[in-house]
Amino acid sequence: MSLNRRGFLGLTSGLTVATLAGCGSGAAPASTPRAGGRLRAAFAGGGAKEVLDPHLANLFVEAARSKAMFDKLADLGDDVSPRPRLAEKWEPSADLTRWRITLRKAVFHDGRPVRAQDVLASYARILDPNRAFRAKSSLTLIDLPNSRAVDDRTVEFALKRPFVEFPNALAAFGAYIVPEGAEDFTKPVGSGAFSFVSFEPGRSVLLKRNPEYWEGAPLLDELEFVIANEESARTNALLGGQVEYAHDLTPTTARSHASGDRMTIHRSPNSAVQAFAMKLDRAPFDNRDLREALFLLADRPQLVESVLAGSGQVGNDLFGKGYQHYADEIGQRQRDLDKAKFLIRKAGAEGMVIKLDTSTAAAGMVEAATVFADQAKGSGLTIEVAVGNKDSYWADTLKNGSLSSFRSGAMPIETHIAQRLLTGSGTNVTKWARPEFDALYEKAVSTSDEAVRTETYREMQRVLHAEGGYLMWGFADWIVGTTPKVGGISTAPANTLDWARFDKVWIG
Amino acid sequence: MNLASYTARRAALGLVQVLAVVTLVFVLVQALPGDAAVALAGDNPDPARIAQIRAAMGLDRPVLERFVEWLAGLPRLDFGVSLVSGRPVSEFLFGAIGPTAVLATLTLVLLLPISVMAGVLAALREGSLLDRALTSISVALHSIPEFALAVVLIAVFGVQLAWLPPTAVGADLLSQPAVLVLPLVVLLARPICSISRLVRAGMVDALASDYVRHARRLGLGETRIRFAHALPNALAPAVQQVARTTDWLLGGVIVVEAVFVIPGLGTVLVDAVAGRDLPVVQGLAVVFAVSTVAVNLVADLVAFRLAPRTEVVA
Repeated sequence: MSLNRRGFLGLTSGLTVATLAGCGSGAAPASTPRAGGRLRAAFAGGGAKEVLDPHLANLFVEAARSKAMFDKLADLGDDVSPRPRLAEKWEPSADLTRWRITLRKAVFHDGRPVRAQDVLASYARILDPNRAFRAKSSLTLIDLPNSRAVDDRTVEFALKRPFVEFPNALAAFGAYIVPEGAEDFTKPVGSGAFSFVSFEPGRSVLLKRNPEYWEGAPLLDELEFVIANEESARTNALLGGQVEYAHDLTPTTARSHASGDRMTIHRSPNSAVQAFAMKLDRAPFDNRDLREALFLLADRPQLVESVLAGSGQVGNDLFGKGYQHYADEIGQRQRDLDKAKFLIRKAGAEGMVIKLDTSTAAAGMVEAATVFADQAKGSGLTIEVAVGNKDSYWADTLKNGSLSSFRSGAMPIETHIAQRLLTGSGTNVTKWARPEFDALYEKAVSTSDEAVRTETYREMQRVLHAEGGYLMWGFADWIVGTTPKVGGISTAPANTLDWARFDKVWIG
Repeated sequence: MNLASYTARRAALGLVQVLAVVTLVFVLVQALPGDAAVALAGDNPDPARIAQIRAAMGLDRPVLERFVEWLAGLPRLDFGVSLVSGRPVSEFLFGAIGPTAVLATLTLVLLLPISVMAGVLAALREGSLLDRALTSISVALHSIPEFALAVVLIAVFGVQLAWLPPTAVGADLLSQPAVLVLPLVVLLARPICSISRLVRAGMVDALASDYVRHARRLGLGETRIRFAHALPNALAPAVQQVARTTDWLLGGVIVVEAVFVIPGLGTVLVDAVAGRDLPVVQGLAVVFAVSTVAVNLVADLVAFRLAPRTEVVA
């Protein structure tokens, strides 16, 4: 099956290139916003998994639909820093443990106002100990019993510890505000730019314009999400005029259609980091020299060119290129085979065979592993690519092996550190556990001094760059295709506010 | 043995087969690495979160207990509840059977006359140009895998010429029949060959048989000999192949569903296995097992009727 599928994808792209070779270009892109119309957007879905409960959102299609129908208190801007949304403003106490949040004047689709009680009830639902919502880990620092609704439009959150990055938590994936008591999401009611019309699981969701939206009514009359799991099917549906928006296309498709007139390609840079993760708590990567040797073995431009088909940028072993607090002053690492060989000899690892775990859980991982194994040839190390089960890949590589493929979507650098690089982090793949690093993190998130915070983030990144376990070789563009008459598509990183922001989109 | 007791015995055997398939599927899915909690946690595999998901889904209960409970619901047609979405499994099954059944029925409705006609024509003109042309075309079609044919048809007729919709995305199959044209062509391509070849071979044998010669000596009309006497005998072997094809179609042809975005049983199966959504996988196993048993039973009965001398083996 997987072999067939891969062969088939390769074949499709080849054929589409061939069939399109004869097309000229000419259609002018949509430039002036225009109201009206129905936009059909094709996303990959999961049939069985698809649900309309915004707190259960997990897939991109669920995130995009939740965003259309619901609001969070905050969301992430283009530089992945928090921006107020339903929260008009936030004011921390001097010790950063109490946060007063003023809500915007907004109404749910059924006409009820969005009140402080709805916010508290939504967060209480997410934090329910008997459930496992995705936003739970981000909101868990809220001391809910001591938080209160000051009045209908003011919430005061008590935190369990001082936390200056609390707005990141308000913007967490899935932290949507639902009406108090909402449990049945067969006909969801939110405060978002679009309201619910109908849902056929695994096939489509139809939404309509919410004229009362607090940020101004959307331009589109209707928005329909349709499911097409295969990338080639999304592309074909777009080319055949069956949809106007196709989410998540491959670099190959983008390349073949970039110059044509039937599809406009939108690239969101810095959307997904591509990496290899080395585990520090076990041989052989408990040896710092060997980690550095691997850093120096990677030919990043070649990886970006071959694996991402050029649709991306090289990485510098640090998460969050272009994001708030990114340490861009650290020099770009280059391939240095001689030094890598020297370090491998020094580590006594000559002739060693290292298994690199990978899978098709994310696009391009197996390809990247293969290319990297090739780049390591002649260094004294042999890297053996082992392709594992894609459905349990992330849980497997969290526990087992010493070297594995890794990728991650956009999130604030603070969140990346909290989830993956502290001693008690739940998904610490590299097993980076250092008390002095934990202390730096505590310092950064508990100071209200902006300059101290910035400097502390930089210091953490310098340590990670020098001796961390993530070999972050590149950042892939997120690629979306639309018909040429669609306007208003933003190129913000996937998962941020302006990604899949259909209230700003129009059909010309 | 008469037809009724034969049918009853086969049905009882079928029930045992369905139970065996369901148990085997349960064991095999259990043997896959990871469970629904791991699959759902995806790239956020925090062990604490996985444990919570597991508890929320009831996956921390003993395997055997969950299986027995699920089995107990079967006689009431209660297939349980999807682990991942919390919706009843029957909703998934009923939702997906529609598209699969529409495709399977239309394919069979077109397949039977076309392939029988092609087989009979080729047999009647054995060795002629027509026979060789039909043979070459059907063998050529048979040698193209479904996905390759689908990709070519979409690229040419869907995208380049824009005569037909390239996919069925978001469409209602019956109210927009144009979306069905390309999938039907793909589904027909291979069975037309296998069935028309069998009909041709059966027909050639039948026309050369003693009883046809005898019928000719008796002075029966050629049309009557061909269609009332030779054809039923020629069809008997093809019936088994039609049954296999029907079974293949009812299983949801995964590749065709994926390429044309038809949310049928194959798509549900792929999603459910990837999500380790065991109750849904088991529900599908029941549907597939029942349809296989039923289709083969019907095929045997039809073959028996067409050519009563044929030995029917249970």
